[in-house]
Amino acid sequence: MDERELRQAQSGDSETPGESPDWKSGLVKPLMGLAGSIVLTLASFWAAGTPLVWGPGVPVLLAALAIGQMGVHLVFFLHVSSGPEGTNTILALAFGVFVVALVVFGSMVIMANLDAGMASCGMHASPCPQSFGHPPLSAPGAPTGP
Amino acid sequence: MSASAPTVVTEIEIPISERGPSPRKVIIGYGFWLFLLSDIIVFSALFAAYAVLSGRTDGGPTGAQLFHRQTVLVETGCLLFSSFACAMMSLAIELRRRAWMVAGALATFVLGAAFLVLELGEFGAMIARGAGPNRSAFLSAFFALVGMHGLHVSIGLAWLVSMVAQVFTLGWRPMVIGRLACFSLFWHALDIVWIGVFTIVYLGAR
Repeated sequence: MDERELRQAQSGDSETPGESPDWKSGLVKPLMGLAGSIVLTLASFWAAGTPLVWGPGVPVLLAALAIGQMGVHLVFFLHVSSGPEGTNTILALAFGVFVVALVVFGSMVIMANLDAGMASCGMHASPCPQSFGHPPLSAPGAPTGP
Repeated sequence: MSASAPTVVTEIEIPISERGPSPRKVIIGYGFWLFLLSDIIVFSALFAAYAVLSGRTDGGPTGAQLFHRQTVLVETGCLLFSSFACAMMSLAIELRRRAWMVAGALATFVLGAAFLVLELGEFGAMIARGAGPNRSAFLSAFFALVGMHGLHVSIGLAWLVSMVAQVFTLGWRPMVIGRLACFSLFWHALDIVWIGVFTIVYLGAR
């Protein structure tokens, strides 16, 4: 046990300097995160089912609540901060958000465009199992599927 | 300037680019943070697939017919309180209290397992009524996205059991503390993914 404690003391990374943890100060952040998350979660479930919010505005409200709750989690649970040690974390997060937005919105835009270009197989048309994913580029009379 | 200057003075006077390597805790956290971001990018591909395919029900059941919001609310509560218990566990680790750490880990595990049980029950009920992943493109995308999150939760639970075992066998070594910090980041990041899932998949279903 002595050897372990010695090694731990030598490595000097068990606790950040100047930070003396105790229950009271350590509890503040998680409790704030929990309270914020509970409020935002209940607000999301309320917003999804309420007749009080104008219908087309509901998705926007849900997105705003979700982004807010993600922010609460990042700050209070994942401890992302704008302090000097957090600079790289914030930069990586910004890049991650950029890639995620690119993948999700890029896919949605491209697929919506492809869908609009497919004459026979629209979103509300009857199912067309043989030609899914193949735009009707072939000449008339050519075989459309295996 | 002498190399053995007191750390407090150097932190104030020397710019961050000249301070030398960061503490081990910061480096481990940053490396794992990069992994988590790449994991979230994997999820973003599944989110994109779901967003594109969510209307393609092929005449089968739609999301609004299949999903129960009460179940999802309970699932969300399980994950949220599990995250809080995990934060309590991290606090106990900082204070080097093994009994409290085990209590936090137990609460984290039980709530995470409750989430998994609810989710698997939901999956089972859907498959039993003929709404399995092979029914429509919408359901394929649904099971891929939500199943991937469930798989991550399962892996997290196995990891948590292994971490408690390591605390008992290896003690509070820096290596073990680093792994526990990574587990805590992983668990909170899964919660962030779940926020996206319940907003887009369950609440967005019309």
